[in-house]
Parts: sequence; C-alpha cells; structure tokens
Amino acid sequence: MNRIETKFKELKKKKKTALIPFITAGDPDLKTTKALVLEMEKRGADIIELGIPFSDPIADGPTIQEADIRSLKHRTSLKDALDLVKELRKKTEVPLVLMTYYNLLYKYGIKRFVAQAKRSGVDGVIAADLPVEEASELKRYARKSNLNTIFLASPTSPSQRLKLIAKESRGFIYYVSLTGVTGAREELAKDLIFSLRRLKRLTNKPIAVGFGISKPEHIRKIRRYADGAVVGSAIVSVVEKNLKSKDLVKKVGDFVQRLAQSCY
Amino acid sequence: MLPNKKGYFGEFGGRFVPETLMSALEELEKAYSSAKKDKGFQKELKYYLSQYAGRPTPLYFAQKLTKKLGGARIYLKREDLCHTGAHKINNTLGQGLLTKRMGKKRVIAETGAGQHGVATAVAAALLGLECEIYMGTKDIRRQSLNVFRMKLLGSKVIPVKSGSRTLKDAINEALRDWVTNIRTTHYLLGSTVGPHPYPVMVRDFQSIIGKETREQILKQEDRLPDYLVACVGGGSNSLGLFHSFYRNKRVKFIGVEAAGRGIKTGKHSSPLLAGSIGILHGSESYLLQDKDGQIRETHSIAPGLDYPGVGPEHSFYKRSGRAKYVPVTDKEALKAFLLLAQTEGITPALESAHALAYVVKLAPKLSKNKVIIINLSGRGDKDVHIVAEALGVQL
Repeated sequence: MNRIETKFKELKKKKKTALIPFITAGDPDLKTTKALVLEMEKRGADIIELGIPFSDPIADGPTIQEADIRSLKHRTSLKDALDLVKELRKKTEVPLVLMTYYNLLYKYGIKRFVAQAKRSGVDGVIAADLPVEEASELKRYARKSNLNTIFLASPTSPSQRLKLIAKESRGFIYYVSLTGVTGAREELAKDLIFSLRRLKRLTNKPIAVGFGISKPEHIRKIRRYADGAVVGSAIVSVVEKNLKSKDLVKKVGDFVQRLAQSCY
Repeated sequence: MLPNKKGYFGEFGGRFVPETLMSALEELEKAYSSAKKDKGFQKELKYYLSQYAGRPTPLYFAQKLTKKLGGARIYLKREDLCHTGAHKINNTLGQGLLTKRMGKKRVIAETGAGQHGVATAVAAALLGLECEIYMGTKDIRRQSLNVFRMKLLGSKVIPVKSGSRTLKDAINEALRDWVTNIRTTHYLLGSTVGPHPYPVMVRDFQSIIGKETREQILKQEDRLPDYLVACVGGGSNSLGLFHSFYRNKRVKFIGVEAAGRGIKTGKHSSPLLAGSIGILHGSESYLLQDKDGQIRETHSIAPGLDYPGVGPEHSFYKRSGRAKYVPVTDKEALKAFLLLAQTEGITPALESAHALAYVVKLAPKLSKNKVIIINLSGRGDKDVHIVAEALGVQL
C-alpha cells in the first residue's frame, strides 16, 4: 500500500472526506510552492495535487492557464517538481500526486519518470489527456513501482468505460463533476449526485470529485457520495489574488482550513 | 493506408484527450464509418461537391511556367477554384453532413488562415447549423478579410488571446469549448490532425483531390506523374492529393514545410524537418517542442502553415520514407507567389506558394518528359495584405 491508499483507509474510519487541494508547482515560484504544501497539510489537506505547467493545457480554464503561464515564466519543469517533492519528503508524509499533460511525461521518458517519481516520494500521477486506452506504458512501469495511476471519469463516460476506468485506477478515481474545463463554479452540476451514485455502484475504490468544486458548501453536498474533493482553481485564485502579499501562504492556509472544516 | 483500430499509422496517431471527449470520439468514429458505407450519404456529399463546391477542379497544364523553368512539365491542381477559394470545403461539407447525421445542431472550428473558418461557415449556413469559429488574434489581424467573410456568413468569430495567438491556440480553445458543449456540438476540425478518427476522416474527405487528379493526368498525359508536391501544415491538402497514389511507389511524394525565416533561426514551422516526437492535440506525431516537452512558438508568413504539429500520417510517411519533406522559407514563398501571378495570372495562397517555390527549384533539374503536379490548395486573395506588407507597399 502506498500513502494514498493508507490515507483513504484512515479517513474512512474517521468518516472524513479527503480534502485534496491542487496548486500549480512554481506558481509564483518553487519556494512558495514548498511553503504552500506544508501549510496546506497543517491546515487540513489530506492529499495534495501538484500541477506541472504545460504550454497547452486544453483541460484547464483561465485560472489554471494563468498559473501555468506564471510558472512557465521561469521554466518550471517536471524535473523541478520531482526535486521539489524530494525536498518536501524531508518534512512531510502527506500523499502527493502530480497532475499534468502526457507530453511532459512522454518527453521525459515514462520509465525514467516512474523511477524518479518513486525515488522522490511521489505517490500518484494524473495526466489530463491520457485516457486508459493510451496508458499501457505508464501503467506497466507504475504498477511495478507501486506508483498510483489515477484516471479521470466524466459525466459522458458510459458504464462500460466507467468500469474500465475504475479497474485501471489506483489510489482513487478522479470524477470530473461537469462537462467542461477546470474552474471555480457557483453551482454543482445538476446530475452530479446521480452520477456519483452510479459510479459508486460500479466500484469499491475511493472516488474523488474535481472540476468546479470551489467552496465548503459544495463539499458538504457531495460528501455522502464521494470519498474526496479536489479543489483547484478556487485555491489558485487565492494565490493569484495575493501574489504581491506577504500573507500569500497564510491566506491560502485560511481558505484550505475553511474547506477542511466541511469535510467532517 | 488505413490506421489500426486505435487510430495509429505505424507508431503515430492515437487518441490523447480528456476522458470527457472519449465517448464523442467513439460516436464520431461510428457515425463516420456508417456514413462511409451509406450510399445515400455519399450521393448527397457528391451532389454538394459538384453542384455547390464546383468539383471537379481542373488539372491545369502550366505551360508558361513550365517554359520559364525549362524542365519538367508542371501541372496545377486548381483547388483554388473551389467555392470559398481553397480545398477546405471538401472536408467541411463532409463533416457538416455528418454533423446532421449525428443529430447535432452546432459546430465549432479553429482557423489559422481563415480558409477553414470560411469553409466551415459556408457549410454551416448551407446546412442550417449554428457555427462558432476560434481564431488567434494574430491571425485575425493578418487575415481580416476572411474574418469579415465568416461574419457575413452568419458565424461568430471568437478571438483567442492565449499563447502564440495563432492556430495552435485556436485549437486549444476549440477543444475547451468542445469539452464543455460535447453533447450538442460537433468539432469540425479542419486538418488531418487531432485524435482518431479525425486524421483518417479528414484525409478521406480530402482524397477527392487525388482521385480526380489521377483520372485527369491519365487523360492528359496517359501516364502517372513523377512528383506530387504540396505544402504541409497539418497535412490535409497534401494527404488529399497523395492518398490515391499511395500504392504507386514510382510516384514521389514531396511535402513542403514552412521554414519561415530559415530552420536555423528557430523561427519556422517545420516539425517534420526539425522537430521530435511528442503528443499534442490528441495524437502522437512530430512536433516542435523544447527539451521539457513545452510546445515551441512557430513562425510562417503563411498563417495556415503556422503550426507546431503535423498529422500522424505524415509522421508515418516520413518514418517509412514514402514521402520526402523539404523546407521553403517565407522569402522563397513570396517570390513564387509573384512568379505564378506574373507568368500564369494566378495568385496562389501563401500556403500553396510554398509548394510552388520548391518546384521552382526542382523543375529545372528534371528532364522535359518528367511530370510534376502541384496542389494549388488555395487562392491568394486573402493574402494580398501580407504580400503588400512584405513588399513594403501601403494599400
């Protein structure tokens, strides 16, 4: 078992929903990212997703696109993120998931990526544009190293695909709450609860819901039907609004704490 | 050449997209494969291609150009004479009819030069579909005539300000729209790029170019050509011409990539000549990227070629050696543009002028009994502003 699987087990006993915040590595710089990870853990984050910026993030809305641009200004790379995780592992055991687009992994070399991710202390990986059908190479190496491959399931996935996604996912299944790109939304998708119940019936693996989840009340509404909530753009917005503030890390921490309180 | 079940030409292609798009791609693949076999669909498409788009287009023997270059006999496949002024309509009519067949009422598209945008807007008007076109703001500025045409045709043009503000970013934004409106919308992709089944489907819709060319050259020369030459951006006009000759190994395929200011300057759009293998916009293919896998900015005087990727079938052709790829710079393309205008009275699109520019170098080296066919994929009216600017003329 790796850190993600252990964490979900532990939370299940406590009847707590996993809070999974997302930030873009290197936004605005790697030093801040490191401080943010530690702060978010302290404030109640259970698993943390680190985005590796890509020049063409087709699954992301404007908030994360802008974060990627800020991070790419100083050319944050996959290697930087792996080094950052290695650093973080001296201080924390919080499960860490890298989220990116497949070209960055492909260019780095899948075998090399998996080996170094594992060595650095990465627990899971998500590639937003990698459906299960194309993931055989990543799966092959990741399975051997016990690096969790987390796949996305979406409202347009028919049952047959959902079953396949559930079967191939390790750690958790990432359910995309809506048809669309990442970004904070006012309301949850109307069919979300229905879809989560459908997915629950097909699998015993933990389900985390992301895309659009942006406030405590969203988490409260889904927590009976999902095991975790991923909050990305809403947190990145707090980073964006406080780029010039000395309190950036604290402000993000405050927001994460509010979200964490809705997970019990 | 058919891709395998997963949409791979050799090792290139596939379907690298967010999960949300997967079921729509499966639906499209099914709809396309049933339409392909459906005589009614084919008949309807044929009707529109001939009665509406003006097919077949002529295969014109460029006598004066041949004489001037003093070598091989040069023919021009006149796709510039299609309705809307480029080959793009072959594909938009096909996908437009397919959209109706799938019961979708809205199409979106990306455009660089505006040719695919106009051809999509035309098909949408004709078939009664709602239409929104994504276009980078840099291209909106340099192809303003086409932007206005799209609007006149009842389409909405959505400016894309992100990234390099060209074709690549227009595709990103169209994909984001599609992920959002997947249930009601068909993404009418304009080139042989993207996730399976787009590369093979667009190639098939464009293969009418090569089918006609084959019949025409047999009639006019009583033989197959020695060379087929076409510009390669994403690859639709070139593959459209090449496809019907795939098995005739003596017919040489030459794909001309935009070398911009020169490959060495780094300011170009030549993924096959100067790129490496990676994944962009849904398929595995050659592309221009840095050592980390970030997509590089590109440059070409021809907006339709200003793209860091290329269709997977071209990558396969490169790998297998079936086609040869050559560079042509902005300057050479401009010179060829003027040459054709003044020898034959035809102003080609700057994209097509790249193919022509290579033939200017090739033809004199060949004997007079050799035959070259150039795909004159579009006309140059849209480019007069760029040409004027390049020549330092104020209009």
